[in-house]
Amino acid sequence: MVDIRINDRPMKVSSDTTILEAARQAGITIPTLCHMEQRPPLGACRVCVVEVKHAPRLMAACATPVAEGMEIFTNTKRVRDGRRSVLELLLSEHNGDCRICVRSDDCELRKIAANLDITKVRYEGELPPARYDDSTPALRRDTEKCIKCRRCITMCTDVQGVGALAPQKRGYGTEIGPAFSLDLGDVACVQCGQCAAACPVGAIIETSHVEDVWHALEDPEKHVVVQTAPAIRAALGECFGYPPGTRVTGKMVAALRGMGFDAVFDTNFAADLTILEEGHELLERLKHALVPKETVGAAAGASQEGAAGGSAQGHGAGGGFNPRGGGGPGGNGSPTGGGDGHGGGSSERDGHGGHNGDGGHGPGPLPLITSCSPGWIKHAELFFPDLLPNLSTCKSPQQMFGALAKTYYAQNAEVDPANMVVVSAMPCTAKKFEAARPEMRSSGYQDVDYVITTRELGRMITSSGLSFDELEDDTTDSPLGQSSGAADIFANTGGVMEAALRTVWEVVTGSELPGENLHFQPAQGLTGVKEAEATIAGTKPEFSFLEGVTVRIAVAHGLGNASKLLSEVRRDPSRYHFIEIMACPGGCIGGGGQPRPTTDEVREARIRGIYAEDEGKPLRKSHENPDVAKLYSDYLERPLGPRSHELLHTHYERREV
Amino acid sequence: MACAQRDVPDEATIVSEVDAIVDAHAGQDGAVIPVLQSIQERLGYVPREAIKRVGERMSISYSELAGVVSFYSYFTTVPRGRHTVRVCLGTACYVRGGKEVLQKFEESLGIEVGNTTEDRLFSLEVGRCFGACGLAPVVLVDDEVHQRVSPPKVRGLLDAYRDAADAESSAEAAGTGGGSESAGGRAGGADEPKEGSA
Ligand code: SF4
Ligand code: SF4
Ligand code: SF4
Ligand code: FES
Ligand code: FES
Repeated sequence: MVDIRINDRPMKVSSDTTILEAARQAGITIPTLCHMEQRPPLGACRVCVVEVKHAPRLMAACATPVAEGMEIFTNTKRVRDGRRSVLELLLSEHNGDCRICVRSDDCELRKIAANLDITKVRYEGELPPARYDDSTPALRRDTEKCIKCRRCITMCTDVQGVGALAPQKRGYGTEIGPAFSLDLGDVACVQCGQCAAACPVGAIIETSHVEDVWHALEDPEKHVVVQTAPAIRAALGECFGYPPGTRVTGKMVAALRGMGFDAVFDTNFAADLTILEEGHELLERLKHALVPKETVGAAAGASQEGAAGGSAQGHGAGGGFNPRGGGGPGGNGSPTGGGDGHGGGSSERDGHGGHNGDGGHGPGPLPLITSCSPGWIKHAELFFPDLLPNLSTCKSPQQMFGALAKTYYAQNAEVDPANMVVVSAMPCTAKKFEAARPEMRSSGYQDVDYVITTRELGRMITSSGLSFDELEDDTTDSPLGQSSGAADIFANTGGVMEAALRTVWEVVTGSELPGENLHFQPAQGLTGVKEAEATIAGTKPEFSFLEGVTVRIAVAHGLGNASKLLSEVRRDPSRYHFIEIMACPGGCIGGGGQPRPTTDEVREARIRGIYAEDEGKPLRKSHENPDVAKLYSDYLERPLGPRSHELLHTHYERREV
Repeated sequence: MACAQRDVPDEATIVSEVDAIVDAHAGQDGAVIPVLQSIQERLGYVPREAIKRVGERMSISYSELAGVVSFYSYFTTVPRGRHTVRVCLGTACYVRGGKEVLQKFEESLGIEVGNTTEDRLFSLEVGRCFGACGLAPVVLVDDEVHQRVSPPKVRGLLDAYRDAADAESSAEAAGTGGGSESAGGRAGGADEPKEGSA
């Protein structure tokens, strides 16, 4: 601890504190631009300058550690003048028009300028080269607005480990962007939008689908339905001044109805469905890896829930699998090479769900890795193509929803899918990319037409003239609207794992997932990579191959963490059975399309909101969702059945950019 | 000729050169810059294909590497011209008008520092003190020293090299010429106005 004084007020702080942190502890606001929590200081922008007694120059508060006896002044004329000069210089090199800028409401540059009472700019700066980059489906870059704070780089390179954006050139000529001033579409970018979420100004934003949605709503010929992602209900309120984590599900539904959607559905429904499909996929892969070839057949009598029917066995994905002995399943046979190499495989394609993916091969290898995060999918296609066979073939809930909306629902509602428009409201920018993927047309049309982010939805509600505060809670429509609490927690890191375990555990053992209130604590929280294991006991006869098996799982959020975990999987393919990966830090609640700012505090608040939503539901497990059961009995028949494969599953490809 | 111009290497050559260089630095921390330096030395420039390959081999993104390459003026991503013009911006030369001289070169050549003219006759670079401060401002063309260069002298200085090149290529056109072109690989020396047969 050291003694310091801030604005003449004495305080004790620990010696590894920066001036910025000390000031915050004292309740003093210091403006910052380049600074990001939990990241080493850059000291690049210098808007955070303060006066330190005896120091010849103003000091950057974010980059200066406190020292014994230090006397700091945050609000002298010298400080104000210093900050104003910095701001005026930034503004002089910034080419934007706040009147018509999408960031006018939450622009940090504008806000700091206003706080410093800047009404004119004394410098004539050189404007950066103007380039408008609309080369990717999800994002737009406007280099004229970039203030070179480098926050996007911190996200893209340090947090996500993608490295699409980096400083180019040097000195005054520095540009922040892809290699050699190329467009984002020319380099490897996963479309996660973390850059856009971090940018303090309007230099990187999501591609807007707002006009398209208004247009569709206006068109009397079109039947326009909307789905809302789990993560937005605990964040949308922030667009209207509610604290992070406030649950606004009912108001959100009311707003969407007020905006004129013909039906208001819920991606949550498709999340429950995902759990059934993916849960059974997991059981299949486990069975394939654990049951010795010779004894198969014996375990054939699969129940209605039991996708693990005795089929997939003849074709070894990756050679010998070890019969499990006692404790852990030493090497669960199929290492990463899985999906290929057994092309000639065997025959029993239409036994009880023996094949998955499009090819009719045996079940893919373990570990099974979740596939609901399109930023993660693109990351895998770019950087871990060898692990693509490990990815679940399940489409994301958004795309499952789209495919069902234009088939199952269209039939029920007697709507021509050609006249149907499916809109998604998502916390995610990568969902825009995903919806546009050419394979996402199982209905014969583009399954999801438009994707708006939480931020875009907030703006649409505002411009529709609805007063969000006053909206009465409303509920979603049938048949794609109902969901269990397990679907809600798809919103956060660890949630898909927990939701899957709630169902799989019960399918396998007939009893509830042990753990307080159905939670699986080890998967929760903001630790970058989480691991856990659970030993299965009390299996039903058809799952006796899992009796005593210790299933090892891992959860990673943020692609940098995911890459670390996957390097481990490459090194030791038998280490885990099941892995959840979400591209964004914190999971979808920290998505690139969520209201700004997203800090860890905000992430935690949103996660609390999501768990409260989960716990408030009468149904907590995906397999209890009656509308999902009805969908199976009326239409899909069974998890991993032929129609599921056609509509709900997909494939992946290696890519360069 | 003082500085032989190399042919532009094809992609396979680039990949094998890069692989050899990366292998030679295997296991070293912070090897990125030395690797890029070796590439610059071997090929005379750092082609984009080489940057891509380094990225693949060393798990660094293309944009990050491009950032490093564009940060240091030592690196160039375009093949060198036949002559390298280095304008000194050391202190003595700077105060005696080196900057203006540089501007004049950029103007006359139509390129910025770090680039090569389209006819691949000149590359333009800056230097920091060539140890001839008494003669400032100094310009080196390959290893020929030009002293007390002032902006008005720039055009004449360049024209001398252009004339020499013209004379050479017409001599070659008159004679058998061509030989060095088809020799492939790194055949040095004279190139015809149409380049890039490699
Ligand atoms: S980015 Fe901010 S300062 Fe720039 S035009 Fe937009 S609102 Fe104004
Ligand atoms: S979308 Fe993600 S990967 Fe692409 S530039 Fe932004 S942060 Fe990087
Ligand atoms: S694009 Fe945005 S976040 Fe990135 S450096 Fe520019 S202003 Fe900062
Ligand atoms: S916030 Fe301190 S230098 Fe940018
Ligand atoms: S400063 Fe130019 S030669 Fe020394």
